[in-house]
Amino acid sequence: MVVKKITAGLKKTRDSFSAALRTLFRGEISSDMYEDIEEILVQTDMGIDTVMKLVGNIENRLSRSSKKDSAVVVDAIKTELLAMMNQTDNTLRTASSPVPTVIMLVGVNGTGKTTSVAKMANHLLKQKKKVMLAACDTFRGAAIEQLDIWAQRTGTYLVKHQHGADAAAVAYDACQAAIARNVDYLLIDTAGRLHTNKNLMEELKKIKRTVQKLIPEAPHEILITIDAVSGQNALPQVQIFNDQLSLTGMILTKLDGTAKGGIVIKIQHEISLPVKFIGVGEGMDDLLPFSNQEFVNALFEE
Amino acid sequence: MFDSLSDKLTKVFRNLRGYGKLSESNIKDALREIKLALLEADVNYKVVKSFIDAVKEKSVGEEVLKSVTPGQQIVKIVHDEMVSLMGNKAEALQLRAKGNRIMIVGLQGSGKTTTAAKLAVHFRKMGHKPHLAALDIQRPAAIDQLVFLGKQNNIPVTFDKNDKKVVSIAKKALEHVKNSDCTVSLFDTAGRLHIDDQLMAELEALKDVIQPHEILFVADAMTGQDAVNSVSQFNERLGISGVILTKLDGDARGGAALSIRATTGCPIRYVGLGEKVSDIELFHPDRMVSRILGMGDVVSLVEKAQAQMDEEHIKSFEEKLKKNEIDLEDFLKQIRQFRKLGPLKNIMEMIPGMNNMKGLDLDEKQFVHVEAIIQSMTLKERTHPHVIDFSRKRRIAAGSGTSMQEVNQLLKKFFIMKKMMKTVMKQKNKFTKMGGSLWR
Repeated sequence: MVVKKITAGLKKTRDSFSAALRTLFRGEISSDMYEDIEEILVQTDMGIDTVMKLVGNIENRLSRSSKKDSAVVVDAIKTELLAMMNQTDNTLRTASSPVPTVIMLVGVNGTGKTTSVAKMANHLLKQKKKVMLAACDTFRGAAIEQLDIWAQRTGTYLVKHQHGADAAAVAYDACQAAIARNVDYLLIDTAGRLHTNKNLMEELKKIKRTVQKLIPEAPHEILITIDAVSGQNALPQVQIFNDQLSLTGMILTKLDGTAKGGIVIKIQHEISLPVKFIGVGEGMDDLLPFSNQEFVNALFEE
Repeated sequence: MFDSLSDKLTKVFRNLRGYGKLSESNIKDALREIKLALLEADVNYKVVKSFIDAVKEKSVGEEVLKSVTPGQQIVKIVHDEMVSLMGNKAEALQLRAKGNRIMIVGLQGSGKTTTAAKLAVHFRKMGHKPHLAALDIQRPAAIDQLVFLGKQNNIPVTFDKNDKKVVSIAKKALEHVKNSDCTVSLFDTAGRLHIDDQLMAELEALKDVIQPHEILFVADAMTGQDAVNSVSQFNERLGISGVILTKLDGDARGGAALSIRATTGCPIRYVGLGEKVSDIELFHPDRMVSRILGMGDVVSLVEKAQAQMDEEHIKSFEEKLKKNEIDLEDFLKQIRQFRKLGPLKNIMEMIPGMNNMKGLDLDEKQFVHVEAIIQSMTLKERTHPHVIDFSRKRRIAAGSGTSMQEVNQLLKKFFIMKKMMKTVMKQKNKFTKMGGSLWR
């Protein structure tokens, strides 16, 4: 079922991708073919250096195989892609002691943090968990209202302050409330910020420290949202957020468009950060656990 | 992270000096470097391909200017071609005296609502009376966000939370504008995917009702290869008239700008540079090209330096440097000259290769402290720093409001610098005597 949904989400991606792949192999392996592979892979946004490395590996693999047909070529591409993605664990870490599991969402503006928080709340509610949300985006106009609407729709607790309030103070109150009400999960929505803005990065660190005052082992997960449409800049984004906060994973959002989100392959390869979820639509159920195998398979499925 | 493109090309051409004309073989490697740089900057693959072909045609047979190396020559051709592709100079939106209707469209999260408010404030500065219409009924609280921004900036907003038909809200907005003295109306629409047929049809219906003078596509500067797909779909269905590039205050190279321009031919009008409503600027093609190529904005820096630096001071400084007679007085002057150029952060951004150091925390305060310490010295102390003993240090620290530690550090750095200069100058003299040309 999950595969089907990813497959549906990735349909557009796949259409152009596999159409190009099908015409790739024309009876023999030539330098033209490798150039075509390069072209196809570059358009996933995985980055030209990653592509060149991959194509080298694919060439290597194919030179060793005796059978040469279309299926062998596609298989070689798949295998090498998977080898690049060295992180396979997409399970959420949970609290080891009887405290709420705290999940914090961070990322640059417009990548889908608030929507992902709502979807994740829904995902956890379905598992019969008790969930609370913290509206720590006190900066953007109506961000609190946006989360409030989602809280009402999903039927979760929400801790909020006024617009312009100290985000760390909201987080502190939320932790207190989460402990008092004995919830299973506390999801913290933060304001979008560019990784180049030092002061705003400090604010995130403050939120993290504040959470740790009440729940020392928290946050159990700090996830960064990455827009599938984004190009090479997603790598420095993740690098800097990771340096400052020690991320635990990524959520790849907006994968229901034609963008392929290939940058996560490069990110995984370079800094070994797993993708935990993908967002494939605006509905509440459109958040799915990520799997490398399914991601690569869905790209190539006929 | 990356070398600047010019550095890479210099390497490619190291063995090719002295060629009179650019030939197909000696530009091949250079074009490969350019191709990689453009892909690294997120320019779409197909756009890169056709662009490189165009440059190749243009370059072959071109005379290498006497003053430059082939590498720089190609960079110049690439740069000029890209600037002309991007539309040469900055062009603001031309508004009529009244009755302007502008539709804002784009993907989710590209920054439409923020941009709508920024444009409204920008137009007001130009003497217009702006008005906003909240047509995003998809995203929860999107209406609240626009109403909030309107209230904050004193701009009237038309909205109706109970109306589930955007076309009818748009009609109400048009009605409002008719009966008011507003001169420009901005219609903020919901973010949508270009392949969402239903929502794209909704935009077409809106266009029919609004009859806009401008349809502006808002694009995130961080967009990758897919920029071409989304913008061409929007363009096909709506006929967009201009583009606004957002989130340029980050460190994305912004190759999407080139992809979008090449795909649609539409001018990029404005860029978004921050979260405040005033953070909007005209789009400058030449600056964007330098950014995409990772070249920094050397032209602006040189212009600035020339305008600010005191010629005479530079000459006397050079003289002193040669004789190794630099003292703290010169040091202070030098710092002041440098600071005239503006905030250190802005200067760093203009220097090629320094772009990636943006994350570095440059402490302007350190300069202030150094200035204060030197100013607390007597003239004798400045010209003969070795006379500064313990009690003088204590006085200087107290006078400048710093600590003795800081005074010590400054002196230590100064002596190290002087020593380094001495070695460098010695080396230079040696080579000059040998008749070597290593310095030219």
